[in-house]
Amino acid sequence: MEFFRIKRDIPFMRHALVFNIISLITFLAAVFFLFSRGLHLSVEFTGGTLLEVTYAQPADLASVRSTVEKLGFADVQVQNFGTARDVLIRLPVQKGVTSAQQSNQVMAALQAVEASAAMRRTEFVGPQVGDELAADGLKALAFVVVGIMVYLAVRFEWKFAVAAIIANLHDVIIILGFFAFFQWEFSLPVLAAVLAVLGYSVNESVVIFDRIRENFRRYRKMNTVEIINNAITSTISRTIITHGSTQMMVLSMLLFGGATLHYFALALTIGILFGIYSSVFVAAAIAMWLGIQREDLVKGGSAKKETDPNDPNAGATV
Amino acid sequence: MNRYPVWKYVIIAIALVVGGLYALPNFFGESPAVQVSAGKPLVKIDSGTLVQVQAALKLAGLAPDLLTLDGASVKARFLDTDAQLKAKDAIQKALIPDPTNASYVVALNLLSRSPAWLSALHAAPMYLGLDLRGGVHFMLQVDMQAALTKRAESLAGDLRTSLREKSIRHSGINRVGQTIEVKFRDVATLAAAKAVLQDQFADLQPVDAPDGAEFKLTASIKPEAARRIQDQALKQNITTLHNRINELGVAEPVIQQQGLDRIVVQLPGVQDTAKAKDILGRTATLEVRMVDESAEGRAAELGSGMVPFGTERYLERNGQAVIVKKQVILTGENLTDAQPGFDSQTQEPSVNLNLDAKGTRIFRDVTRENVGKRMAILLFEKGKGEVVTAPVIRTEIGGGRVQISGRMTTVEANDTALLLRAGSLAAPMEIIEETTIGPSLGAENIAKGFRSVAYGFTAVALFMCVYYMLFGIFSSVALAFNLLLLVAVLSMLQATLTLPGMAAMALVLGMAIDSNVLINERIREELRGGASAQAAIHTGYDRAWATIFDSNITTLIAGLALLAFGSGPVRGFAVVHCLGIMTSMFSGVFFSRGVVNFWYGRQNRLKTVSIGTIWRPDGAAALKTNE
Repeated sequence: MEFFRIKRDIPFMRHALVFNIISLITFLAAVFFLFSRGLHLSVEFTGGTLLEVTYAQPADLASVRSTVEKLGFADVQVQNFGTARDVLIRLPVQKGVTSAQQSNQVMAALQAVEASAAMRRTEFVGPQVGDELAADGLKALAFVVVGIMVYLAVRFEWKFAVAAIIANLHDVIIILGFFAFFQWEFSLPVLAAVLAVLGYSVNESVVIFDRIRENFRRYRKMNTVEIINNAITSTISRTIITHGSTQMMVLSMLLFGGATLHYFALALTIGILFGIYSSVFVAAAIAMWLGIQREDLVKGGSAKKETDPNDPNAGATV
Repeated sequence: MNRYPVWKYVIIAIALVVGGLYALPNFFGESPAVQVSAGKPLVKIDSGTLVQVQAALKLAGLAPDLLTLDGASVKARFLDTDAQLKAKDAIQKALIPDPTNASYVVALNLLSRSPAWLSALHAAPMYLGLDLRGGVHFMLQVDMQAALTKRAESLAGDLRTSLREKSIRHSGINRVGQTIEVKFRDVATLAAAKAVLQDQFADLQPVDAPDGAEFKLTASIKPEAARRIQDQALKQNITTLHNRINELGVAEPVIQQQGLDRIVVQLPGVQDTAKAKDILGRTATLEVRMVDESAEGRAAELGSGMVPFGTERYLERNGQAVIVKKQVILTGENLTDAQPGFDSQTQEPSVNLNLDAKGTRIFRDVTRENVGKRMAILLFEKGKGEVVTAPVIRTEIGGGRVQISGRMTTVEANDTALLLRAGSLAAPMEIIEETTIGPSLGAENIAKGFRSVAYGFTAVALFMCVYYMLFGIFSSVALAFNLLLLVAVLSMLQATLTLPGMAAMALVLGMAIDSNVLINERIREELRGGASAQAAIHTGYDRAWATIFDSNITTLIAGLALLAFGSGPVRGFAVVHCLGIMTSMFSGVFFSRGVVNFWYGRQNRLKTVSIGTIWRPDGAAALKTNE
């Protein structure tokens, strides 16, 4: 089987400007939604109490809500979680009431109404923890960005580093934009997914850059645009298959992982789809605008590759 | 050209055997068990305990599936929960004759069913996080400012006493925030006081300044002393929590310091979460009351009369009854510290108490009026009182420093001091994070995580086999080997596996296949370019390696960032993610090449390789490759 039967190099770069404009528009839309709607942050970030309650029969959300509100809690959110029998109740932080009291009180009240109510999970996060988590998340993001840029700058060239990071940060912003637009819950696992996607999409760009470097060495007559087109064309099959495989795994998580992993898998799905797009159409195009040249990459680098001490197959040459 | 030297196959064989061995315990599942561990610091768990447990089980007619002494606990494994519960009751009855004074913790637990020879190799199943096995997680923040204020208060009291002893007249000692202010009428006394302070109070940093007509000496706690005080406060709170949690009978509680001022408590498998919260959040109170020394009181103490009106009967820890008056003289709030020590004259072990200003004043009045009588110090927990000690007052006690001595061993002095301190936490704590996971949810999460990995893996493996034929099978085998290695490494490190960790496992497998796709695509490309079969395999692997290495490094950078800055669920994800990337580099490149070399390497006249259809752009008939 062979999915991709490409006769000639596809002139991806001819439409680079169009793709970059599309990217810019999506990006701006994402930023707009991030600011206008904001992220629907989970309890981990905002602080508060979360209760997961399960019932023997499908639960009546309205009755659950009124029961909890009767206890005097303001701003209560009640929603189904996974199945119709599972209910998620979210309470904001209250001064002077400990989390233990809060959750015990709510459970007692719910059980008084419907005896089959059983506690499955409670989570309480104090407000001071939330701020720290947000700060740590930003630190992690900064670490990833700087780390990847330094690595790419050393291994390739600064122009590639800049191109890869712009392309992939644009993915991250777009994922966040989706979460803001649909008001999906942004929790710690989603943050982990976003950062994992960042590393993963950069690795996509790396594959293409690697090919660009190789082509510069091999095809001395091609110009930069042709080199990039050839590099993308010859890696596109691998790109689609790899992402397809990863997506199969993520799909399996989305289908079988239950409600806890739902948004995690969703973030990965968006990340993977936009990862393909940005690596193919955005990263290389930005590198092209930045003016990469043969001289940037072919500086006696060809000899180095053969003696790579990390190569496990070095000994395989007979 | 595609042959591995023998040593490379040896490495692969070793990795397979070791990986297999350490991953194996995860397949045996768990059985209900009863675990006996020490409930007090002095109780030792040894072969004697093992014999006791054995005898108790025999008496109850229960035959454990396995009975071992493992480090600091005795574990008995049973086939079903019914036997487990009966065994717990039997052991509890035999080892703990007096439930109010338990020396042992008898807890229900789950024990791996893996055979003894695996346990002997220290091969244990992965350690499951709370979200997979159910339980409670708390993060407590210790109020360090309160600890420092409390310490400043106690130092102010000490300073007052010292100045009086040296007959240095001052016009007022006050604690202002965490500093102590002393006022003097003239410079000479200020200098004298400063000398005392520098001589006797190493923890304080004095600064003097004129204050209107008077002279003021301001003493603040030195930064290094403050650090020490905070450290002690945290340690003491951890000790207190330990004591309380022992009562809960949790098999493997985790009580750890996190950062400078936080304590994490994890109680896996705890079903009664309300009780756990109750015990953790409980504040024990300490009370000082007078013993009823009247004739009726004495009679009641010996058990020969009614407890007189206005008094209550409490037991000392050795079971001796003490009749105390209901009127409370002091509470734990007035006690700033309790330390074991030695009497300066008799060299007997003693417990030294420090009282705050208010406590000192009350204590002086009470002791002056009650010389020769007994005073009881009681500890109330869960509304149940116990007499910690009931010493006789020998003389009026002024300066707020109380020494309890006589008829005490060093060990007892230590215990008493600990109990007195435990009565009052060194600093108040606040729960800033709390998670409770019901046991059924834990089991469900395991099933969900397992299904995600299993179905995802099957889908990817099937696709690879269809698309790349034999090379797809090689890739799938390499992917399975990656999973095996990952599980083995996680088991070896006893890293905590959580639901996000299982998600990371699925994700990393999805990403790991990238290496093999890269290699296979490269080999196809080489074949398309007209290379011979062996050369195509060789260059395919060689060319792909640089790319695989680069792309894995970038993914690893993201993983490390999550590990460094993540907490809770993110950390669980990051650990598996990072380890998975590393195992994938080994399995995807080194191992899969080994398999390919093993299969094709010997065939010198290899014409075709089974890597699926190679389509040629020049329009020639597709070259179908099969063996």
